[in-house]
Amino acid sequence: MADRPSTLTLLASQARYQNRIFFRSPAAAFFTLIFPLFIFIVFSLIFGNEYIDELGVNLSQYFGPAMAVFAAVSASYTNIAVTTAYQRDEGILKRVRGTPLPAGIYLWGKIISALFIAVISVSAMMAVGVAFYGIQIYAATLPAAIFTFLVGVACFASLGLLVAGLVNSGEAATAVTNATLLPLAFISGVFLVPSDDAPEWIDTVANVFPLKHFVVPFTDAFNPTYTGSPWQWNHLAYMALWGGVALVLGIRFFKWEPKASGGRKSRKDSKESKDRATA
Amino acid sequence: MSVVSVENLVKDYGGVEAVRGVSFHVDAGEVFAVLGPNGAGKSTTVEILEGYRTKTSGEVSVLGYDPTERSRTYRERIGIVLQETAVEDSLTVSEAIDTYGVMFPNRRDTSELIAIVGLDEKRNARIKSLSGGQRRRLELALGIVGDPDLVFMDEPTTGFDPSARRQAWSIIENLTSLGKTILLTTHYMDEAQFLADRVAVMSGGLIVAEGTPESLGGRESAATVIAFNLDDQSLEGFPMADVDVAENGRITLRSSTPTRTVHDITGWAVGRNIELADLSISRPSLEDIYLELTGEVENG
Repeated sequence: MADRPSTLTLLASQARYQNRIFFRSPAAAFFTLIFPLFIFIVFSLIFGNEYIDELGVNLSQYFGPAMAVFAAVSASYTNIAVTTAYQRDEGILKRVRGTPLPAGIYLWGKIISALFIAVISVSAMMAVGVAFYGIQIYAATLPAAIFTFLVGVACFASLGLLVAGLVNSGEAATAVTNATLLPLAFISGVFLVPSDDAPEWIDTVANVFPLKHFVVPFTDAFNPTYTGSPWQWNHLAYMALWGGVALVLGIRFFKWEPKASGGRKSRKDSKESKDRATA
Repeated sequence: MSVVSVENLVKDYGGVEAVRGVSFHVDAGEVFAVLGPNGAGKSTTVEILEGYRTKTSGEVSVLGYDPTERSRTYRERIGIVLQETAVEDSLTVSEAIDTYGVMFPNRRDTSELIAIVGLDEKRNARIKSLSGGQRRRLELALGIVGDPDLVFMDEPTTGFDPSARRQAWSIIENLTSLGKTILLTTHYMDEAQFLADRVAVMSGGLIVAEGTPESLGGRESAATVIAFNLDDQSLEGFPMADVDVAENGRITLRSSTPTRTVHDITGWAVGRNIELADLSISRPSLEDIYLELTGEVENG
């Protein structure tokens, strides 16, 4: 027997395969790559690029990085949850399950691909921001921004896997990711600049979920008036905790077979034999 | 040597037994068909062998492995043709074969495989543009991309039109000529008859008959049916005692020594200058045996 393919070969092949699927799916590519950029440009047209006292920077200097976080979360959380659930609906996960590919490599392939897509989407957002909206990038805080980005993508990729395992269909995955991400984005300072007048409970709720802990350290890294350390370990540790728990539960609840064929069919099988047994 | 060996396999879904003590074996190079209606337990049995399901009790050994352990080496040596073609629509034929081929140590060459299943003209076409029959051929290619010793095929031609089925059959025949052992499930009699060396008929979670398509269910020794029409002629002096006369005048009799019986009947007819219209001599078809075994005659 010839040699087994190396883990690296398999990872590369899986990541390339997931990337291909992503870029050939117009809806996924649009919502992850174009939509955040589009919102950024439209908001900038509507609200201009005024200096905002509460932020200590121009609007774009905050809003660009905030939308970059939204793009990174779409590429990891939404993308992984929705594509994985649809792949299960179509029986693709069942096929993979029957091949020698180790399950871990399959899942890592998804995470690497999500990271790759997030890098493209965040880079596109920041490039447009720097070129047309005067966004400044600071060398001193850039490493912390990149690290925050990596922790955030890992956390939200794990959450995407968890959602994929908990829902029963691709449509449900789309609904769940939108119903969680959009409200959280509003209260976590992605679309709206946080105001001091907002009720305190909104802030309390936002602090429970991981999105705000991604937005705050990432946007601070682009804020010259922020004086604390760019390595905001409290936020990073909180995201890592969410991600770690999501990964453990995501692996625990991961389903390889669609409900329709695995569950319903076996119930049908057993019902028929029951009919026979009692006949 | 047995490639597949199953002893007293039981699968219980929450107190209901889908498979109720099944035993069979498949030898190297053999094509073995599990035949049965929906809900007979055949897919459950095969999915246990493929490693998708656990068993409740019994002994299962495939290529010397316990498939429920799902070891990587085991999965490197089997190929699975799924009931529905489940593959990313946006990939091309050759991309799909490459994506799955790379997972196996003994992958078959992509071009060679595309030629085997006759998809040369479609190699760079997106899978979503393929017809049902072409998708099925791709599914067969994906089932053997790792050059497996044993190929599982779950209802490989369900939902096919007759010409697509013929094409699929000839591809499966090619595989057997490559020395592969094949275990397939089907609910088509003619498919089992055409492809299989041996057939097991499942019904209600049990194997109710097993044998070659020729001998299944005592078909080999079953009485031959002789029938003819006798237009307004009398049966006077007819050499056989036990005959059925239908309302339309058709006369049917059964014989376990058809040569002798036919000789006697035709001798009688020639002697009286009678023409036996629509004379037919037939053995029960595999379909008759199957319907009898699975009890679908009464039910349907």
